[in-house]
Amino acid sequence: MQELGLIFRALLRNKVGALLISLQIALTLTIMVNAIFMMQERSTQMQRPSGLDEANLFHLNNTIFAQEYNQQVNLEDDLALLRQTDGVVDAIQINAIPISGGGWSMGLKTEPGVDTSSTGVAVYMVDDHAINTLGLELIAGENFSPTDIEWRPSGKSTWPAKTIISQAMAEALFPDDWQSAIGKTAYINNDEPMQITGIVKSLQAPWNGWDGVERSMLVPYKMESSGSRFMIRTEPGRRDELMPIIEKALSESNKGRIIRRVTTMDETRERSYRGHNAVNKILSSVIIVLTLITGFGIVGLAMFSINRRTKQIGTRRALGATQWQIMSFFMIENLMISSFGVILGVAGAIGLNIWLVNTFALSPINMNLVLFGVIALYIVGQIAVLYPARKAALISPATATRTA
Amino acid sequence: MFSYYLRLAWISIIKHWGLSLVMVTAIGLGIGASMTTVTVNYLMSANPIPHKSKVLYNVQLDSWDVNEPANDDGSPPTQLTYRDATYLMSAKKAFRQNVQAQANSVIEPEGDGALPFMVSARANSADFFTMFDLPFIYGSGWDQSADDNKEQVVVLSNDINQRVFGGEDSVGKSIKIGGNYFKVVGVIDYWNPTPRFYDISTGAFNDSEEIFVPFSLIAEEKVNRSGNTNCWKSPGDGFQAFLNSECVWLQFWVELPNEQAREEYMSFLSAYVEEQKALGRFERPLNNRLNNVMEWLEQQQIVSDDAVMMMTMSFMFLVVCLLNTVGLLLAKFLGKAPEIGLRQALGASRRTLFAQYIIESGCIGIAGGILGLGFAWLGLQGIESLYGDMLKGLTGLDTTMIVSAIVLAIITSILAGLYPTWRACNVQPSQQLKSQ
Repeated sequence: MQELGLIFRALLRNKVGALLISLQIALTLTIMVNAIFMMQERSTQMQRPSGLDEANLFHLNNTIFAQEYNQQVNLEDDLALLRQTDGVVDAIQINAIPISGGGWSMGLKTEPGVDTSSTGVAVYMVDDHAINTLGLELIAGENFSPTDIEWRPSGKSTWPAKTIISQAMAEALFPDDWQSAIGKTAYINNDEPMQITGIVKSLQAPWNGWDGVERSMLVPYKMESSGSRFMIRTEPGRRDELMPIIEKALSESNKGRIIRRVTTMDETRERSYRGHNAVNKILSSVIIVLTLITGFGIVGLAMFSINRRTKQIGTRRALGATQWQIMSFFMIENLMISSFGVILGVAGAIGLNIWLVNTFALSPINMNLVLFGVIALYIVGQIAVLYPARKAALISPATATRTA
Repeated sequence: MFSYYLRLAWISIIKHWGLSLVMVTAIGLGIGASMTTVTVNYLMSANPIPHKSKVLYNVQLDSWDVNEPANDDGSPPTQLTYRDATYLMSAKKAFRQNVQAQANSVIEPEGDGALPFMVSARANSADFFTMFDLPFIYGSGWDQSADDNKEQVVVLSNDINQRVFGGEDSVGKSIKIGGNYFKVVGVIDYWNPTPRFYDISTGAFNDSEEIFVPFSLIAEEKVNRSGNTNCWKSPGDGFQAFLNSECVWLQFWVELPNEQAREEYMSFLSAYVEEQKALGRFERPLNNRLNNVMEWLEQQQIVSDDAVMMMTMSFMFLVVCLLNTVGLLLAKFLGKAPEIGLRQALGASRRTLFAQYIIESGCIGIAGGILGLGFAWLGLQGIESLYGDMLKGLTGLDTTMIVSAIVLAIITSILAGLYPTWRACNVQPSQQLKSQ
């Protein structure tokens, strides 16, 4: 144990080199821990299920441009055509696509009036085939019946009598007992009543960055609109084969409209989280390169300090030090340098996190992650110093007798 | 002497090629990473219309709910209601003014087999073209009377003109848009301001529109409006009710040539809001805003948080790389202590030694900078492939960036070389010679 003092005193004779490595380790730890933390936050967001049977769903835009176009009749024809196509499980018209980025939101409240606060909710206008098409799980209440579905002309701003909401929305409206939501009335536009007749387990809103992303409602409307969307669910494995068939069938069935943006839900998800994915990839490359640079820095400086001490090492060897003792000298020296760096680094990591929390509203860091970073950097340090230490151990005792 | 030092630096760099390679790579990576993120931030916050950014102003009026501000920071809504925007247009109190909204429509080209296709449209008033300096290839924008008379005129982008008219001068021809015939009055060259300052609400980095039509046609329902719409109060049924509603969906810009004009316009806006208050609208405190282009972009915070975070991290990364270089240079220069001692004994002054080692650091810096440019280019390619069209036009290296990268590399590497050089110059010749 008295060796420790020896190593420490030797270290103090080359303060600057050691300090430089410590600072590198400190900054590496600071960046690494925060970068991993940011990656974890993004990954958690990306892993949230949308509630949809994404693998078998695709959607398309139906844009009507003809002046004479019977929207009601043609919509019924389109839906019949889609639902009868071999391989299609079900299809609906819908006003917005979950996690796509664009949609409609409203506020619901349990008491009418302008003074009470409302809870934001994403609105999906659909018919009674929505639960089957989207692959939602109805966990309470019942689905819409065909007679609940109303026509909604463009520009209409009143709301139908019933709604099905997601469990997260039920919990937000009725925090004490979400199941009690069934049969209750919620108010939209301050005072228009809507009865909650069903609850689905999960259905995400169009906006993945919204803190209410799990809150959504289904509204029994068929829309008369020149720009609407269809969502189509196929039998497992038949999606890619059916997409061009359906695009062609719809395009040819009526020339007064354009079918465009035939897109799978998988692609919608990929686009939705492209920024998240990109940031994660960039951050992980930063961490890898940073660790490599720090590692090489340790190797370089250790090699240098060993070259300078060749004669002393030879002398120690001549005086009976074993190879292992020489090696452990440099490894312990590295542990000391790392410890100083790690202490600074923990402070830096927490400091950077506080700045990120204040500037970008990130959440505070998990201390386990800091611990992980500390251990990782100790290991990197030890691995990096292994090769120089091994070279030092191989210095022959005879070196001591040479003059240079 | 300089070339002699350069030769010495070269010999020294080659002799310790491993160490030099690590240093050059470290500086290169540091410069590459920071230049990549700086470029993205720099392009995101670029001035899209430098020669006019100080005289163009975005107008905001606080028509929002008395119980709750439009934005958490208390700022007014970013867009205007139809009522307010059309009033401000008709008042004509600014040197130039224009109202706009995003729209879309379908073009049905003439001829057999030509399929109808969707286009993105901007519904704007006449001054749009002069205010934002659109580059015309053929014809020009329409004039005020076309707005007033709701004429079906259109300005096409070069792409649409290619697609429908094969690129010829189509001014005076007609084109079927949304089932109605429009007369082409102008064709513009490529115009895609980045950021797309004139309408942040539908994406600061989206493409500009493919066709431009008079704003007055929106009320006629000759084009479908689209874009971002926010309402704090139910608009009621029907399109007319929507136009009269408190929903905000319009961008309003004015051109005010000097400070005096700005103040006068501000007091005009205040007077208008006071008038409206008497009618029971504008129940919030007076909160009108006139921001010029750069103030507007600043207020809308179009540089994403991700980009700022990445830039912060990349600068910390650069610092790690520099610490690394300082350490390695120190190791290298001190390793030459015997040589330095010998040269000092033979009469080399500290100043010569200093110059020599600073030049060596500088050489490593230049090499690192050039490598860094390569890394920055790779980094930007990488970002482009990761983000796809989300960051279109934000991943190009221009001359400013190339020069800054090299300068940054040289400055940082000379800074990194200062301490090691100083230590090297302080070698005691007597001590070194003793051990020889």
